[in-house]
Amino acid sequence: MTPFAHLLDALAYMSSRNGKLRLIADYVAHTPDPARGYALAALTGELSFAAAKPAAIRAMIEERVDPILFRWSYDYVGDLAETAALIWPVADSPGSNRPPSLDWVVEQLAEAERGRVPTLLAGWLDQLDATARWALLKLVTGALRVGVSARLAKTALAQWSGVEISEIEEIWPALRPPYVELFAWLEGRAERPSAEGLAVFRPLMLSQSLEESELEKLDAADYLAEWKWDGIRVQLAAAREVCLFSRNGDSIGPAFPEITNAAEGLLGVLDGELLVLREGEVASFNDLQQRLNRKTPSTRMLDDYPAHIRLYDALELDGEDLRQRPLVERRAALETWFREKRPRRMDLSPLIPFASWAELAELRANARAEGIEGLMLKRRDSLYVAGRPKGPWFKWKRDALTLDTVLMYAQRGHGKRSSFYSDYTFGVWRTGENGEELVPVGKAYSGFTDEELKRLDKWVRDNTIERFGPVRAVRPGLVLEVAFDAVQPSTRHKSGVSMRFPRVHRIRWDKPAAEADRLETVQKLL
Amino acid sequence: MKTSVTGGKSGSLPESWLKVSAAGLWCEPGGFHIDPHRPVDKAVLTHGHSDHARAGHRRVLATAPTLAILKSRYGDAAAGQVQALAYGEEVRIGEVGVRLVPAGHVLGSAQAVLEYRGQRIVVSGDFKRRADPTCPPFEPVACDVFVTEATFGLPVFRHPHDAEEIGRLLHSLALFPERTHLIGAYTLGKAQRVIALLRRAGFERPIYIHGAMEKLCRLYQDFGVDLGELRPATGAQGNRSGGELPGEIVLAPPSAIAERWSRRFAEPVTAVASGWMRVRARARQAHAELPLVISDHADWDELLQTMVDVAAPEVWVTHGNEEALMYAATRQGRRARALALIGRGEEDETAAVPAQSGEATLL
Repeated sequence: MTPFAHLLDALAYMSSRNGKLRLIADYVAHTPDPARGYALAALTGELSFAAAKPAAIRAMIEERVDPILFRWSYDYVGDLAETAALIWPVADSPGSNRPPSLDWVVEQLAEAERGRVPTLLAGWLDQLDATARWALLKLVTGALRVGVSARLAKTALAQWSGVEISEIEEIWPALRPPYVELFAWLEGRAERPSAEGLAVFRPLMLSQSLEESELEKLDAADYLAEWKWDGIRVQLAAAREVCLFSRNGDSIGPAFPEITNAAEGLLGVLDGELLVLREGEVASFNDLQQRLNRKTPSTRMLDDYPAHIRLYDALELDGEDLRQRPLVERRAALETWFREKRPRRMDLSPLIPFASWAELAELRANARAEGIEGLMLKRRDSLYVAGRPKGPWFKWKRDALTLDTVLMYAQRGHGKRSSFYSDYTFGVWRTGENGEELVPVGKAYSGFTDEELKRLDKWVRDNTIERFGPVRAVRPGLVLEVAFDAVQPSTRHKSGVSMRFPRVHRIRWDKPAAEADRLETVQKLL
Repeated sequence: MKTSVTGGKSGSLPESWLKVSAAGLWCEPGGFHIDPHRPVDKAVLTHGHSDHARAGHRRVLATAPTLAILKSRYGDAAAGQVQALAYGEEVRIGEVGVRLVPAGHVLGSAQAVLEYRGQRIVVSGDFKRRADPTCPPFEPVACDVFVTEATFGLPVFRHPHDAEEIGRLLHSLALFPERTHLIGAYTLGKAQRVIALLRRAGFERPIYIHGAMEKLCRLYQDFGVDLGELRPATGAQGNRSGGELPGEIVLAPPSAIAERWSRRFAEPVTAVASGWMRVRARARQAHAELPLVISDHADWDELLQTMVDVAAPEVWVTHGNEEALMYAATRQGRRARALALIGRGEEDETAAVPAQSGEATLL
């Protein structure tokens, strides 16, 4: 348990992606099977056992610790598993047993009836130190939250072993924790495991952002156009079992059972946009977010936020790999297949007829429907190539909205930006009880160059009026022109609104703060 | 009438001769203050941290290292007249017997043992119970009243072994040999202890220190604490493209990590050495990528054990998380009282990261 706890602890604090990769690779290199496999599964969310409920942990603690001291401690620490781990009384005779290994813990939990879990846990907690107790409690409550995606974990394996990540991803669905055969292959001790007949993630083909100046070099006749839908990109892989993958290859099927049910009996790998759809209308991204936040949805969620896939490409159909065929042929195959199968909860993303770039530009400019983010342009002859090849596919997003806002707070960044005030909370004016006041509407930490960051950082330091921990409140004196994709109503923000993808567009060193935008202007964008 | 630890009979209450005055703890029959927070006529100082040792007292009694620290920080303005007292040596001030006994907190740190008419009060200052290569260990002295700190007065604060924490630092250094390991540590005590612990763990390379630490490190070395080879962190090397001092250990005051000063280093791993690092929310607030739970204050178990060891029927709590410690003292059958001394917690880790950050209130 201890090496795993150290890994989890280090990952939780490490902000840089490269740092995380190296920590995982170091762990995998120095930890034997099957513990490293279970650790990997824990990080990628692929372990399943009877999870302990927070109430059960609380009950265990209250049996052993003075309830008043526990309450004060919990108030101070603010996290139940962490408080329990820190306050757990040290056993009278520690060392009577060896601390349990991760594989022992995982295997015991997998077999245990729910009622026995607290007894098992208590026995282990007695033998572990505070960090390992924390890791154990996070593991059993199923809340690791150390900022590692399945994709990142696989990237670490690729870097460590020198095997291409796409090769690892392709066989991933054939693997089960603790992945002994995977490690045997990565260490060159065995053949590559086979994934035949299984639903497999194929790395996606991605698009580039279109620079409008590029358009004149492109021939409109070479391209197909579709709307760019405001959902999330998914891959539906249907074989003996059905898997739904996010663009990173994370399995999100359990969160969308209506989709995986609808794909039962199909055979293919489909590329499309996951949306919430009501009576044929695409709902806001905010509605989809409600579903994305849940690992398993309630019946009510399924009714209120019905999920749907809008298909735009096919990588495989009925056992045939289409990736080496041009887009027009793949599209034709997809349309035929769709007419024959009539799958529920799916439709085809329509092609937009157009004769010239000018005509398309006009369509784009007039598209203000909720579910549309812009346009996709795809070369008719494009093969399906993993990664982001230059040229065949473009996204042509709707122009971003912009507002002039006033910098209110700045927070120190992480990692390389530790000594820079690089995260900016900005606000707009409204008339409050005491006259004009600023109300925060968003936070941005990108959209400026390193040189601009230095200048912003200096401005923050020179204009600080108050400090709270890593945050500085500044004099209302700097206007940030902020670009964003949309405004949404929000109960979590004082202003009642929040922005999607806000970023600093321009720093208006020249503009007086009093001339920045007002809240009413923002509300009109809702 | 009650029996005191010294076997004498005393009719007076301890609070009748040791009081909280406007300047801090005031021993009336001795005519002196202990760690007063404003200039006074006579002061007994437990140790050199600035929230205990301020400048400008007319006469000061303290251990020789504490006096040296005072002098090094304030120069001639440190104090009018000073008197060094060795550990265990006894003097009488007015009607009160005064002894200084090791507190194990930082170099020179002492508990003030006060005796008056058969009663004994121990003012422990800041203390810890575990071994520290830079100062002699805490000595428990049986007493009628134990005056204690409660910086880490909650049962979630149980510090791990310092060797484990240093082990994690060295492991990180091996894993990220191209990155500077920048450790935030208080300039008096913590910095020198971390250096000494690194030396014990076999780390023999030069250690680089922030300018604010140089004088105190030299002072520790003058008092015989072996810190190995120290070099100034700045100006040692010209600008390198990837940043200065890759793969080296640099110590700086915690505040310097947030300052532009730290930008010169090679993609620093920011480590912070403090007991507060035990709690994740605090470690994140301090922007620590490598939080090292190394503290110069007693943890919860040490606070409780010390009350047992000194067998004091009464405990006065000066600062920190008084509430929980007083509750626990009462459960041990002791009388407990909060002194709520002001001005504490401005240097060293007593200065907790604020419990509520501004971050949570934004937006």
